[in-house]
Amino acid sequence: MQATIEVNGLRKRFGPTLALDGMSFTVEPGQVTGFVGPNGAGKSTTMRVVLGLDAADEGQALIGGKPYASLRQPMRVLGSLLDAGALQPSRSARNHLLWLAHSQGLATRRVDEVIEQAGLESVARRRAGGYSLGMRQRLGIAVAMLGNPAAIMLDEPFNGMDPEGIVWMRGFLRSLAAEGRAVLVSSHLMSELEDTADHLVVVGRGQVIADTTVASLLAAASGDRVTLRTSTRPEAMTVLERAGATVVASGQDVLTISGLEPERVVVLLGEKAVPFSEVSAHRATLEQAYMELTRQAVEFRPAGFDAVTRQEVPR
Amino acid sequence: MTTRAISVPRPDAGLGGGSRGGFGAVLRAEWTKFRSVRGWVIGMILAALLTMFIGVFVAANVHTGCQINGGPLKTGKACLPYVPHGPGGEVVTDSFSFVRQPLTGNGSLTVRVTALTGEHANLSAGPQQAGNGSMVPGLAPWSKAGIIIKQSTHQGSAYAAMMVTGSNGVRMQYNYTGDTAGLPGSVSAVHPRWLRLTRSGNMITGYDSADGTHWTRAGTVQLAGLPATVQAGLFATSPSYTVTQNSFGGGGFNSGPSQATGVFDHVSLTGVSRGTWTSTTVGGGGPLNGPGPGGGPGPAPYTRSGGTFKVTGSGDIAPVTPGPGGGLPTVTIGQTLTGAFLGLIAIVTVAAMFFSSEYRRGLIRTTLAATPRRGAVLAAKAVVIGAVAFVAGLVAAVVSIAVGVPKTENGGQVLLTVPVLTEVRVIAGTAAMLALAAVFAVALGAILRRSAAAITVAVLVVVMPFLLYATNIVPAGAGDWLLRLTPAAGLAIEQSIPRYPQVTSVTSLVQGYYPLSPYAGLAVLCLWTAAALALALFMLRRRDA
Repeated sequence: MQATIEVNGLRKRFGPTLALDGMSFTVEPGQVTGFVGPNGAGKSTTMRVVLGLDAADEGQALIGGKPYASLRQPMRVLGSLLDAGALQPSRSARNHLLWLAHSQGLATRRVDEVIEQAGLESVARRRAGGYSLGMRQRLGIAVAMLGNPAAIMLDEPFNGMDPEGIVWMRGFLRSLAAEGRAVLVSSHLMSELEDTADHLVVVGRGQVIADTTVASLLAAASGDRVTLRTSTRPEAMTVLERAGATVVASGQDVLTISGLEPERVVVLLGEKAVPFSEVSAHRATLEQAYMELTRQAVEFRPAGFDAVTRQEVPR
Repeated sequence: MTTRAISVPRPDAGLGGGSRGGFGAVLRAEWTKFRSVRGWVIGMILAALLTMFIGVFVAANVHTGCQINGGPLKTGKACLPYVPHGPGGEVVTDSFSFVRQPLTGNGSLTVRVTALTGEHANLSAGPQQAGNGSMVPGLAPWSKAGIIIKQSTHQGSAYAAMMVTGSNGVRMQYNYTGDTAGLPGSVSAVHPRWLRLTRSGNMITGYDSADGTHWTRAGTVQLAGLPATVQAGLFATSPSYTVTQNSFGGGGFNSGPSQATGVFDHVSLTGVSRGTWTSTTVGGGGPLNGPGPGGGPGPAPYTRSGGTFKVTGSGDIAPVTPGPGGGLPTVTIGQTLTGAFLGLIAIVTVAAMFFSSEYRRGLIRTTLAATPRRGAVLAAKAVVIGAVAFVAGLVAAVVSIAVGVPKTENGGQVLLTVPVLTEVRVIAGTAAMLALAAVFAVALGAILRRSAAAITVAVLVVVMPFLLYATNIVPAGAGDWLLRLTPAAGLAIEQSIPRYPQVTSVTSLVQGYYPLSPYAGLAVLCLWTAAALALALFMLRRRDA
């Protein structure tokens, strides 16, 4: 069983704030889709609409072709974690999972399985009110996995996790995708998704800014620049400009070249016997690529956009 | 530092468990939610204990003491006089002056009543005067004289009677609780009243007439197990004369004895009878003693001058009702459940939190993500909390009555017994009332989404009206309306003794009387609960979670 999460043209307004402004994207099975954007970009609102918790003014969200609210046992189709702190403090993790299992017609055995998976065996019978944020995140993951869903949707799952937990979470998300599940993970920090996400949906101001693979996003941000380290800068510049490249001196011994492949640079310099110590393709980090993309969204915010949006209201 | 091995089933692996996603699953989930929060379970146990508290631990510890005619000091039950019970099992008063003949087989008794006069304690000067036996002429509204056919002269035996009354016209009464109106107006020499009773097997039919020619049937009653020979004759009796004052901050009453004299002529008894009249006072129902301490004997219970009979008596032939006027320290099964208002506080608190606490930490989103059918979530919560409250109420009511009533009786109070069905109604009704209040509070929790607000509103409208009334903070009239219109009306289901129109008594909350009948009161609570549920459903569906 596979399930795609489709988000089609969602629009939603909270008072003066347009939280979603035509949000559209698709989460495919078998890969981890990162859902990235600054705080207030509409990530959580989108997820609430997907779960049928908030009603969109326009547009719709479908899980495997159906609205979430129409599913009989929805947690068997789409597992989700919105807020790890959403617990009754005096109820134990095990009982929290137990009532959820009952609501989906799942056996008690399944509760013990997800407790083990999430590494909560030692604390499962203690009051959830005493859990650390990291433990709550693990409980949230256990809840999301309870129905063994074909699709999974996690809002900021890395929050509050220690380094070991982050490594665990990355491996976990990769394995879910490897099993053919559709995985949507939101984060406001691109670095958390590096080495985890296959696909990225970058959002800002309630819209999708980029919907692309990680590889092509990096390529676009890197451009085709080449860095050259040489002690004979003027000669190198002459040779390369004559070959049609744009050359900028970017350091005492360093040139940045656009418009030529690294291999061609090496051949040209070799033919003219210009000495150099290093030629390398310039590579942007995912974080830099993300900053590049979202800068516009931030720069062109109209006055008043910084009003506290629904997502940031403490509850 | 190790990375945990991850093993999850394939997405399509079977997970076991039922595949039903129906209401049963939601119900089971909400039940698990309830039982897994210890505070809520303790709260419901507390509710049961509080409901029992007054009936079992407070009221039952009242003990009366007495010393009769310099005899040994006695306490509790030993102080009680003989307490007759009527054919229906209820506690009755059966005291009257009786001029009778045995009547065997079918027959008929006809009389003309030309006067009903009497005197009662002078209450205008306050209760002290009444204690001195100062009497003034006048009748109590239910002073009565007339004809009666009675199974025997034993107190509590079956009867049917036609009578004139102080201010309620002609009545046909039977077996203590039955009462039917006949000719209106007072009796006098100018406006006499003709009365007739006819026996045919177990059937007794009553007639009245203003002229002895044109007769109207007042009613026919069947007295089960009536023997071949019954006692037929003339009677007179008169209940306590009671004056109540209602004032802001409290009400009061004064009560004192009264007696009535009926004057009869044209007395005619047909059928197999002895032919001579005998005077008997049933249950000490003869005339009162003369005025003053140690006053001499009062008027004769029976005098006859030719065809004119005068019968004088004091007492009543009627059911005993709670409170003053009955002359007995009484307790009702409803009164042992007075603590229900305390239990209600605990129940509405737990019930309101059962929903509102989910909003505090956003748990409602998890709930609605698990069950997107919001109506099903509301219904499941209502069923779970309602069922828990019902069980708590049922246990509390059964224990209150099973333990509280015998303790109270040993303390010297007379239990006003009720039919089994009434007892079942009071017990199951109390449980139902608590359950409805719980569902009402759950709905408030869904509407208001704040525990403090939901609990406050629930206590204010469900419990406060009762407390304001019971503590006389609001005047009785306003209190009556509070208990008719607010959800607190549901407490009426605890009333075990009906309001008998033929008995003058203080029907206040303290005596276990409510302004609405038991089922009407419960219906008011039902309406409030239904309205709250409807509003909760509307809000739950309309609002973003």
